[in-house]
Amino acid sequence: MTTTETATPAAERRLSTSKAMVEAIALEMERDPNVIYLGEDVDAYGGIFSSTTGLGKQFGPDRILDTPISETAFIGLAIGAATEGLRPIAELMFVDFMGVCFDQIYNHMAKIHYESGGNVKVPMVLATAVGGGYSDGAQHSQCLWGTFAHLPGMKVVVPSNPADAKGLMASAIRDDSPVVYMFHKGVMGLPWMSKNRRSIDVVPEGEYLVPIGKANVVREGSDVTVVTVSLSVHHCLDVADELAGSGIDAEVIDLRSLVPLDRQAVLDSVSKTGRLVVVDEDYLSFGLSAEIASTVTDVDPGMLRAPVQRVAVPDVPIPYARALEYAALPRQDRIAAAIRAVMA
Amino acid sequence: MTATTSNPGTLSAQDRQELYATMVLSRTFEDAILREYHADKGPGFDIGKGLVPGEMHLSSGQEPVAAGVCAHLTTDDAVTATHRPHHFAIAHGMDLNKMAAEIFGRTTGFGKGRGGHMHLFDPDTHFSCSGIIAEGAPPALGMAFAFKRKGGNHIAVSVVGEGAANQGAFHESLNLAALWNLPVVFVIEDNEWAISVPRSKSTAVASNADRASGYGMPGVTVEGNDVEAVHAAAGEAVRRARAGEGPSLIEVRTLRLLGHFEGDAQGYRPELVEVPSWDPIPRYETVLIDAGVLTSDDVSRIKGQASERVETAITFAKDSPEPDPADLLDNIFADSALDNADSALDNAEED
Repeated sequence: MTTTETATPAAERRLSTSKAMVEAIALEMERDPNVIYLGEDVDAYGGIFSSTTGLGKQFGPDRILDTPISETAFIGLAIGAATEGLRPIAELMFVDFMGVCFDQIYNHMAKIHYESGGNVKVPMVLATAVGGGYSDGAQHSQCLWGTFAHLPGMKVVVPSNPADAKGLMASAIRDDSPVVYMFHKGVMGLPWMSKNRRSIDVVPEGEYLVPIGKANVVREGSDVTVVTVSLSVHHCLDVADELAGSGIDAEVIDLRSLVPLDRQAVLDSVSKTGRLVVVDEDYLSFGLSAEIASTVTDVDPGMLRAPVQRVAVPDVPIPYARALEYAALPRQDRIAAAIRAVMA
Repeated sequence: MTATTSNPGTLSAQDRQELYATMVLSRTFEDAILREYHADKGPGFDIGKGLVPGEMHLSSGQEPVAAGVCAHLTTDDAVTATHRPHHFAIAHGMDLNKMAAEIFGRTTGFGKGRGGHMHLFDPDTHFSCSGIIAEGAPPALGMAFAFKRKGGNHIAVSVVGEGAANQGAFHESLNLAALWNLPVVFVIEDNEWAISVPRSKSTAVASNADRASGYGMPGVTVEGNDVEAVHAAAGEAVRRARAGEGPSLIEVRTLRLLGHFEGDAQGYRPELVEVPSWDPIPRYETVLIDAGVLTSDDVSRIKGQASERVETAITFAKDSPEPDPADLLDNIFADSALDNADSALDNAEED
């Protein structure tokens, strides 16, 4: 099995995150005829956020299936098909739409393996777009990964860059457990949305797997540990580069997977830096930021030389107006302030 | 369309005896569960006490539906049942020992004690059930989809109650099954009562079978809780599904002999005194005896065999070990390397 650790990226081939994701799906579909992809606007349109561009043409409507707007029915269909040996990828267009189908997700997809005493496997991927920053309002801008990670029985992966998008998708498809694959619209490299500079980057060719459950130290540093995921990884890297000029050496950890959570990576880093900032585009309370903080304090609160700083969406619906939305999201200004505070 | 009359002409004497025997086995099993469930709930009634704790939804009175439908199935066909699953599980051929053991919460049960009576999963017979109203229907589509894709002519049966016919999952599933021409048979067990709410207070149409036409599939109502009429209607629906002609909907007017769950005093039910007299099993027994299909010796033999199998299963369950709390976190994920691996609690204890 190829892993991040052993794979050497082939010569400078750069792809957008969406193209890397599509490449992984295509390779897995070629490799395994049981892989199918179903959802709204995934065939001719190619996915609203370019998650399936070209796949309909390549694999045909028997494997790339446009569904009616019936998330409960088609996600449930994916679950039943998975229990009978297929490896479906079901796309929930926006994670915000989980409200119309969540019973299938958390009461069925996530629980059947356990309730069956391990006798029934549900090898499927629930792929879904997350995140805001482009004024799509309160029902189309949420991340909500904390909700999925809170409920037992689903793995949750959140790629932040093209290579991880490919490697995590391939691993998710091959996993015998249900995996929720959450792609941020802002990291996909879409031509119609402002994109960060790392959303088009080097992607290894051919088979490439990133192990689920392993975090990635994307910037090494000695003064403060910044733990984050998804689009916020890029904001944090931007801020870390900027603060390096003021003598602050930040280590940035991209969790990549929330379930299983690489707690050891957090502990290893904080034991070195003694300071922790958690940056999370999900809601503040009862979520990822507190989970990361308690990962440290459960083991040894004495590891921390300063109180943990959490930068997350305050407990408010994501507003529409740009100024308000920017105030709610964990953007560079708030991240920089938190790092300065923890260093003070 | 209403299918009210049974057609014994197509059923052999042996077929009819088997329908009767299936119903008797199911009732015998549930009578034993009823006995064990209430054996140690006292003083008074404490739902969490005893060898069989928790909610208990018995299907007594609804056996004609399961027996009539499952007579057309093999264990290569899938069934997704409801929170009231025992009669379908038994009619579909699930192992009684493992089923009893799961209901007793033992390691030898279908789910090793993780599921309970509303969550019975058996890969060998492609049986599953869900405690959430109507939500067993979407997975049935997927099973049918997988069967169709693999070739062969296996089908999926989705069972719901009449209360579920007002849930979105049910309607989404009918539409998608018809749209994709999936080999599914939808069965509505109309026992008239959604816990305490009668169909007349929940449903705008007189018959849920009428809803089938809204999705371009045939729908029939079987009146009278008649196992042979169910058998006839299911035969046509199963034939259609196997032939690639798509899904069908069968509504069966059946009978909930007992409460919604054990402990339900049913004060809301005006016909309560009459209910036992509507029991379909003694009625069918009389029909078969009068027709010369069954003798009183046959009845004793069938009941004796059922009783022996059921008591063996109950004993198996009682003699089986209870799960070890140390195994609590096993089987959350398919890769056993993760058993116990990702618990914050565990992390705190170990480090």
